[in-house]
Amino acid sequence: MAMDDVVTPRYAPGQHPALPAPASTVGVVGWLRANLFSTGPDTSLTLVPFGVAFLAAAWFGGVSIMGSIVIGILIAVGVRIVARVAFGNPVIDNTVLTIVGAIIIFLIADVLLNFTIFDAVWSASGRADCAKSPDGACWGFVTARFSQFMYGFYPDAERWRVDVTGIFAIALIVPILFGQGRIRAYAVGLFLLAFPIVGFILMYGGLGLEIVPTNKWGGMMLTLVIAMTGITASLPLGVLLALGRRSDMPAIRNLCIVFIEFWRGVPLITVLFMASVMFPLFLPEGVTFNQLLRALIGVALFSAAYMAEVVRGGLQAIPKGQYEAASAMGLSYWKSMRLIVLPQALTIVIPGIVNSFIALFKDTTLVLIIGLFDFLGTIQTGLNDNAWAAPNVPMTGYVFAALVYWAFCFGMSRYSVRLERKLNTGRQH
Amino acid sequence: MKWINRAALAVAASGMIAAGAQAATLDNIKKEGVLKCGVSQGLPGFSNPDDKGKWTGIDVDFCRAMAAAILGDASKVKYVPLSAKVRFTALQSGEIDVLSRNTTWTFTRDTNLGINFVGVLYYDGQGFMVRKKLGVTSALKLSGAQVCTNTGTTTELNVADYFKSHNMQYKVVAFENSNEVVAAYDAGRCDVYTTDRSGLAAQRTKMKNPDEHMVLPEVISKEPLGPAVRQGDDQFANIARWTLNAMIIAEELGVTSKNADQMKSAKNPEIKRLLGTDGKYGSYIGLDNDWAYRIVKQVGNYAEVYDRNVKPIGLERGVNNLWNKGGILYAPPFR
Repeated sequence: MAMDDVVTPRYAPGQHPALPAPASTVGVVGWLRANLFSTGPDTSLTLVPFGVAFLAAAWFGGVSIMGSIVIGILIAVGVRIVARVAFGNPVIDNTVLTIVGAIIIFLIADVLLNFTIFDAVWSASGRADCAKSPDGACWGFVTARFSQFMYGFYPDAERWRVDVTGIFAIALIVPILFGQGRIRAYAVGLFLLAFPIVGFILMYGGLGLEIVPTNKWGGMMLTLVIAMTGITASLPLGVLLALGRRSDMPAIRNLCIVFIEFWRGVPLITVLFMASVMFPLFLPEGVTFNQLLRALIGVALFSAAYMAEVVRGGLQAIPKGQYEAASAMGLSYWKSMRLIVLPQALTIVIPGIVNSFIALFKDTTLVLIIGLFDFLGTIQTGLNDNAWAAPNVPMTGYVFAALVYWAFCFGMSRYSVRLERKLNTGRQH
Repeated sequence: MKWINRAALAVAASGMIAAGAQAATLDNIKKEGVLKCGVSQGLPGFSNPDDKGKWTGIDVDFCRAMAAAILGDASKVKYVPLSAKVRFTALQSGEIDVLSRNTTWTFTRDTNLGINFVGVLYYDGQGFMVRKKLGVTSALKLSGAQVCTNTGTTTELNVADYFKSHNMQYKVVAFENSNEVVAAYDAGRCDVYTTDRSGLAAQRTKMKNPDEHMVLPEVISKEPLGPAVRQGDDQFANIARWTLNAMIIAEELGVTSKNADQMKSAKNPEIKRLLGTDGKYGSYIGLDNDWAYRIVKQVGNYAEVYDRNVKPIGLERGVNNLWNKGGILYAPPFR
């Protein structure tokens, strides 16, 4: 090929594409040659520690061959790192970190997979079955209590109402997340105005449906109620607060600043304690205020304050020219905000908004301390059950909780990535 | 800064008003048709929801007994699960009518929180668990031991007092959550696990080999667990106190849920008074004459309640037996 190029040039001068690097200088072989075996002394610096460590581990340490190889590699790499630090020998680069990382991942995966899959008990009817394999998960515990994890103490016969509410929610959320144009606008309208009422009647009761008091709500259902209320209330409230904080009217501006700084200044756990411990003492004797509603309002106001600051960040990133251009078009304040400023500002702060949502979703677990059984709470209650008192059950419950929370949070995060890509917010200016 | 003082005063005053307010709790319960009972967030044997969400336990059965006495139906209870931190507020604010949540009766709680304890439902005390193979038979031989316990509870302080007063060395390994404590002890991180003896029994079943462990005989603290009501409503406090007493007296007299109907025709005058076939004792506490009969019939006497709830977690009667059977359970006479 090279000779052909010389004889019949197929490229205009200066247009020849770069040739690939020689095979011996790229990839694994290239890396090894460059970093571990470049010179005679270099090669010995690699092989001697490896050999010594391998032999020591295999013969004197009683370690298996594979284990000895791993130990040998680790020791060899360690020697190279020391060599580099001590003599400035530039043989270590990210690849070493990659190998170390891979080994760590392997060790973690080994533990995790053994616990969750290989040593796990898949069907069990009580502690005796679970105790058969104490080093693995006992998924029988999760399947036995699964419906309680989902619905809490909601009466069996009425659980279809929760399901219907869930289906409504999904039917509205899907077009909001993935739909476009008018369909999406209708879905948003229904979700904000009609859905809370319908959902409340379905889940709480009324209009001929049996009343299910909120102290029977629990599990994933309660977690989602709190998280969705917080999320749907905090965004509009947060936008209004952010606009208010940037308002020219001192009364509104100061009001918003006081509100935001108050709620941001206290931890959520304090808000929940205030709502459940102090607040009832201020009410007249005999007047009680639903515990769940108290928590919901607390969570919504708390997250609205955070959301306001996220949105304000977006508003400040919009160049002044945009505001002026909107005024020059003769748009009113609200129109210019709705049509020009907010669409741009909110697009910029999608990562921040989703960040707040994810944090809020995880913060819902705090309601446990005021006696509400959210998803994590019902799992913890299950751990107290004597029938399931096996050593591996608590770990199983917590691992399951972690997986579910992770799935939700990761889902939100992926959606935000998708949205950013669609709106192309990561564009280079 | 005068206004701050005034505001603080107002807060304190409103708290006191709420706490000390006179309220006809009984009328409210009858009007609502349900007794609001504060329970724990899950403690086996005392108050614990099962996989169907049904509450069981000795504390729960006390709530049921009160509902049977007041409303005639032991199932008319609304259980309000409370964390240790919010339990007293819930009672003060009227969110619950009675607190039946493995709560230790102490001086400050009884006098300073606007609540009144009505008796002792279960005599608990802090104990020690060790491995049998350690060969220790008394807590006095635990010098130098590593002790696993929960953080920030009276258990930790009790251990400190006990070891100090006996001139013994020890090292505390403390965790926030009792599951972590058990796991650490089970994994051999400490020699001793200490908490209330009821807790020791319940947690032992979670260990890999429950039979390898034993509870030492020493009880190093008094933990009388009992129900509490709001201060200021003596009638309701009387109902709660005598619901508890009626359960104990029923055991003394041999009245059970099974023989309650036959016992109605018994000759023994105290049984007659208890079951309402003689006198009008119910009217003294604002109830009808069958109130105690319903408690025994629907919920059972103390022994039945104990055997149903506490025995399965591995706790024998011990001090919780009747005074004439070697325990300290003693109810004033029913007359």
